[in-house]
Amino acid sequence: MSKYVIRRLLIMVPVLMGISLVLFTILALAPGDPFEELATNPNVPPEVRANLRAKFGLDDPIAVRYLRWVTAMVKGDWGFSFVSRVNVDELILQRLPVSLFVLGSAQVLGILVALPIGTMSALRPYSWFDQISTTLAFVGFSLPTFFTGLVFILVFSIWLDWLPFIYRADISTSGWRWYWDHLRQALMPIAVLGLFQGATLTRFMRSAVLDVIRLDYVNTARAKGLSEKTTIMKHVVRNALIPVVTLLSLQVPAVFGGAIITEQIFRVPGIGSLLISSILANDTPVVMAITFVLTALVLISSLAADIVYAVLDPRISYN
Amino acid sequence: MATVADSLGSLTSAPRTSLWQESFRRFTKHRLAMVGAVVLFTMVVAVVAGPFIYRVPIDEIDFKSKLQSPSWTHPFGTDDLGQDVLARMLYGGRISLAVGIASMLIAISIGVLIGAIAGHLGGVVDNVLMRITDLFISLPGLPLLLLIMYLFRDTLKKLFGPEAGVFLLIVAVIGGLRWMVVARLVRAQFLSLREKEFVEAARSLGARPLREVWRHILPNAMGPVIVAATIDVAAAIIAESSLSFLGLGFPPDIPSWGRILYDAKDNLEFAPHWALIPGTAIFLTVLSISYIGDGLRDALDPRKVLGGK
Repeated sequence: MSKYVIRRLLIMVPVLMGISLVLFTILALAPGDPFEELATNPNVPPEVRANLRAKFGLDDPIAVRYLRWVTAMVKGDWGFSFVSRVNVDELILQRLPVSLFVLGSAQVLGILVALPIGTMSALRPYSWFDQISTTLAFVGFSLPTFFTGLVFILVFSIWLDWLPFIYRADISTSGWRWYWDHLRQALMPIAVLGLFQGATLTRFMRSAVLDVIRLDYVNTARAKGLSEKTTIMKHVVRNALIPVVTLLSLQVPAVFGGAIITEQIFRVPGIGSLLISSILANDTPVVMAITFVLTALVLISSLAADIVYAVLDPRISYN
Repeated sequence: MATVADSLGSLTSAPRTSLWQESFRRFTKHRLAMVGAVVLFTMVVAVVAGPFIYRVPIDEIDFKSKLQSPSWTHPFGTDDLGQDVLARMLYGGRISLAVGIASMLIAISIGVLIGAIAGHLGGVVDNVLMRITDLFISLPGLPLLLLIMYLFRDTLKKLFGPEAGVFLLIVAVIGGLRWMVVARLVRAQFLSLREKEFVEAARSLGARPLREVWRHILPNAMGPVIVAATIDVAAAIIAESSLSFLGLGFPPDIPSWGRILYDAKDNLEFAPHWALIPGTAIFLTVLSISYIGDGLRDALDPRKVLGGK
């Protein structure tokens, strides 16, 4: 098991390098010069500009620039935000917990919805329960998060006036009231993301259970007198989860995309909304760093999925 | 796909039908896929022919009639500048659908090419190409899309004009980030098909590699690719709408559905119709395409028994 994890970690190194290469290439190919502003400023003589360029190494060969950029990124030296006037890593660390809280809760909600519903539909295919849940799943993943978000705001904030539609980091109440207010404002973003994720997962789960339920070992389990519950939980669901986990890890980049949109709609002060506001404010260091962080999060999640995979299917670790 | 079940199916059903006719017949039996096809067809006809019949300009500003609910003069109401939402929806639909189809074509072309090369050549080439595919799969799509839009938008606007520039960029980037699934599918198909007897027969009859691939392997590998292509159209429409919704897609004078939604979101309280209409349009399009994809999956893969006909 630990050998397997180490091997997976080692595989991540070339992937990370590849991704950093892609990011750097995009950045290097992009038009525009960070010192453009200085060039148009008549008070800055051209020699000063040339000195600055040399100091920041903009005229070095591209391989040297790449190496320098990578080492700076790895060391956590992500530069300085032009807009917020603080170090980029501080800014991101400030915003990251909220994002992870919303994203994590949504993922849990999605799994809690999808696993039982997907399994139950597959146990009785074409029953009315299956028909309804399959239809809802189709509707659920065809509804883009930005639209569900707006509809939720319209219904629950504007028409019913139950929930606040702006996420506030600075809630003045204390004690239980504080937790309650936090939960109330997080409810809609979590629901939007979680239900979307749940819809996709339900479909995965349904077809995965359908694939295993007819296999011989399930019949064997029943024949040797195991209760239906044990058969389903220990033999069917556990094996059905193997492909679902793989699909789940492939789904992770899409989940982050959905999180960016949801944060933007509900003004959740996480890194997704920071990314959008930095893009709109031309704050390049922050934009680059967030893209890098999101990539790293995607990789970490897929590593986690691989470990869960190995736990579910012991055969994986042997080869 | 040419499988035993398929040829058996065409044997038993008289008169004899071709493989594609048989698939079409199976598709028409999928009720929801047919409903999806009808809805999608209606929307395509509406956005293609609509602007010729409904001749209200998309950018006629009239502050006296702003934020109106649907009425006879403005069937879909008006926006905050008094512009007619129906006219903008019809025009925007063209853009959204065009983005969807063009991005899909790019994604499929890259995917088929890479998958075919990897599957046909095998060995080191296969290994390298598959590692690149894995790399692209772990890239976070939307953030990267946003980053590229942010960095390259102005240059392309200058090169090709605001409309064409943004369109080309969006289509290229969405397509360029969505080919991986197709590449894997095609590669897997190639690996199994190239060992099949009929391919071996073609080879021993002296078919050159290109002909072997083009005439014998590729047509038989198309089933899953067609399904993936359908899903890709929907995904590309959502990706474009997301970009526009975040304010980084098309500019306000090119009202794609996502852009209309973006403009509408701050007036949700006073003019909910303005946001609900484009949102519903996106939703219906994506839902129809998903059902069509589901129907195609069943129609093109006769082995899938439990998935339902």
